[in-house]
Amino acid sequence: MYRIIERRMIVPNLHELTVEAPQVTESVRPGNFVIVRPDADGERIPLSVADWDAEAGTVTSIFLQVGASTSKLARRRPGDTIPTYAGPLGQETEIRKYGTVLCVGGCYGIGSVYPVARALREAGNTVIALLEARSSYLLYWQDKFRSVAERTLELTRDGSAGYKGHITRLPEILTLEKIAPDLIVANGCTLQMMLVSRVTKPLGIKTIVNMNPIMIDGTGMCGVCRLTVAGKTKFACVDGPDFDGHEVDWEEFLKRRKTYNPEEVHPLRKSGCASHF
Amino acid sequence: MPKTIAPKKVPMPKQEPFERIRNFDEVALGFTPELARREAERCLACKKPYCVEGCPVGIDIPRFIKHIAEGDFKAGIKTIKERNALPAVCGRVCPQEEQCEKHCVLGKKHEPVAIGRLERFLADWEAASGSIEKPDIAPSNDRKVAVVGSGPAGITVASDLAVLGYAVTMYEALHEAGGVLTYGIPEFRLPKSIVRREVEYVRSLGVKLHLDYIVGKTRTVDRLLKDFDAVFIGAGAGLPWFLEIPGENLNGVYSANEYLTRCNLMKGFRFPACDTPLKRARRVAVFGGGNVAMDAARTALRLGADESHIVYRRSRKELPARLEEVENAEEEGVIFDYLTLPLRLIGDEQGWLVGIECQRMELGEPDASGRRRPVPVKGSEFVMEADASICAIGNSPNPLIPMTTPGLTIGKKGNIEADEETGRTSRENIWAGGDVVTGAATVISAMGAGRKAAKSIHERLSGSKKP
Ligand SMILES: Cc1cc2nc3c(=O)[nH]c(=O)nc-3n(C[C@H](O)[C@H](O)[C@H](O)COP(=O)(O)OP(=O)(O)OC[C@H]3O[C@@H](n4cnc5c(N)ncnc54)[C@H](O)[C@@H]3O)c2cc1C
Ligand code: SF4
Repeated sequence: MYRIIERRMIVPNLHELTVEAPQVTESVRPGNFVIVRPDADGERIPLSVADWDAEAGTVTSIFLQVGASTSKLARRRPGDTIPTYAGPLGQETEIRKYGTVLCVGGCYGIGSVYPVARALREAGNTVIALLEARSSYLLYWQDKFRSVAERTLELTRDGSAGYKGHITRLPEILTLEKIAPDLIVANGCTLQMMLVSRVTKPLGIKTIVNMNPIMIDGTGMCGVCRLTVAGKTKFACVDGPDFDGHEVDWEEFLKRRKTYNPEEVHPLRKSGCASHF
Repeated sequence: MPKTIAPKKVPMPKQEPFERIRNFDEVALGFTPELARREAERCLACKKPYCVEGCPVGIDIPRFIKHIAEGDFKAGIKTIKERNALPAVCGRVCPQEEQCEKHCVLGKKHEPVAIGRLERFLADWEAASGSIEKPDIAPSNDRKVAVVGSGPAGITVASDLAVLGYAVTMYEALHEAGGVLTYGIPEFRLPKSIVRREVEYVRSLGVKLHLDYIVGKTRTVDRLLKDFDAVFIGAGAGLPWFLEIPGENLNGVYSANEYLTRCNLMKGFRFPACDTPLKRARRVAVFGGGNVAMDAARTALRLGADESHIVYRRSRKELPARLEEVENAEEEGVIFDYLTLPLRLIGDEQGWLVGIECQRMELGEPDASGRRRPVPVKGSEFVMEADASICAIGNSPNPLIPMTTPGLTIGKKGNIEADEETGRTSRENIWAGGDVVTGAATVISAMGAGRKAAKSIHERLSGSKKP
């Protein structure tokens, strides 16, 4: 049993979950995920790691409330326990000196790209953050990003903060801000990562995405998380979850992501994210 | 006067097929004491019992059968437990026709003695009696052993070493212990209450169990070696193979691991009471002919499929599954498409499986395995309709531990190389056994490997001074 230290809604529909799991903090790295089961009859769901405190032995994730399991998690309070919190899983994001790196975060990916940005900064890179959401009230953790990024940019669909519009404006933003990144790391919903990859391909900027398929065990046993990358079948849980966004077969991935849609309840589509998570 | 011998095994009561395909309860109901004694009386008590040679752990079969015939069930179970810690499991899932029963002399003219059914009877009898005998546990010897994986191999090593006085900690990646016995083999063939009982037994010997702990990720083997004198790796063969034909990433295409895990471990058959969904398919095609394939095809029927097919490229004679399960599957209405090879999976616009292009095969010359090689019949391609396919053609060991344990010699198929007699690997203080070494095999061979490794670990650690 793992004790919940904190669980709060940080913006509508997105929850911050901090769990006591010292065995995970011992070896966790940016880009890793954990497998969480909210109760004895619950599903095993993967959550990206968004932060951790090695001394306190706690791990933080940001999750979007979409289906039965995340709704259960969203009802948990500090002090409650959950039966499964296994990890860290997946390959870590490759951290080395690239030069200038743009970290794009959207939805729960704002959370998971944060430790990547921090580690890249520690490795001597110039980090620029681009946080995107439907509206300003859905952005979070800007302060944390300001402490590691040279510049923290915002992009909202309604223009209530930063640039106005969709993530497809990325090339234009790069020009306006005079940024020539050596690498782009994008974490967020499938659509966002797909669009980022699509617009950076013609620019020839290497783009790493953090894939988020359905998983069960998270250790390579079931194969439900398979996707096609550069024409080959990969398991996101052990080969990824980071992949080169220009090599992912996005069309197939989007279809696979929807396998269980009719079975899942989507209680809150309002975030503007749930329909294409 | 020689006694007259009933030519056939005493049949074991079973749930009727029409009834059992609507539930997940165990199919075979087991012998009553009377039936067990009647079957035991068929045993000739051979002076030179060949059956014992056929049993990978060398149970004294004639002796336990004699005890049953005499009605001394307590002595019978004790005899079995001298060699086999999991009789309730083995009696149910061992391929007896390939092992003990294959060598039974009765089998030359008649059906062999139903050794597996008798073994199962004794184990169930003991459990029902409520008094499970525990061996004497040696005083603690201050040595610590870590066991990775809680399948039959891990369970055997852990219990053998615990009895010898070792402090044993077992690490399991999933949230329930038991390995394939828990996530793979379905409830209707091996009730999970039995697996849980065996796991509880191991814990009662003082073995510590850490669930949700992925060795290689949460901690590496080398990190464990800082706290333990030895590490045994019994991580099984959990990485599913696919056919590598076009269309395998369509929706509705499963690995047997995914399908069975959703159903068994995650209790998908109770959706929506339990949260993990398992889509109901109308026409299911299972690729493969082993136990895993039978389990998947029979699970699909129970989940409400109209038709469940086994698509196998050889013929009935070559099916590697336990005979009893093939018969059960046939009784339940699983359709066997023999000499059929899937070529391509066909999807609709939304990416859902709708059909499978297959080719007919015929049997040619024997191959390296001695089985006749299937060869395609030209121009025999056809499309079968299916909205789900389950690939059950095999697994190889998970690469997590090999990838994170430098110096461990790994074979071609990703298996950890270990000495057959001792389980020792290329690394000092690391042992391995079970499916992780052999590739997907059997419960009893994993247990046999665990037993040998425990012996070797004990020899090694008791012979050396504590560093
Ligand atoms: C569906 C199915 C039906 C079968 N039917 C039969 C049958 O009828 N008769 C028969 O004899 N055999 C049968 N088998 C085969 C048999 O179950 C296996 O040969 C046997 O379980 C192997 O035992 P093991 O201990 O080596 O591994 P497993 O039972 O596979 O156990 C390995 C355990 O290690 C855990 N693990 C893996 N990696 C790690 C890690 N890095 N850290 C921590 N833990 C880890 C796994 O989660 C698993 O629980 C069947 C197999 C399947 C899949
Ligand atoms: S353990 Fe398996 S092989 Fe040995 S006697 Fe029992 S059923 Fe036969």
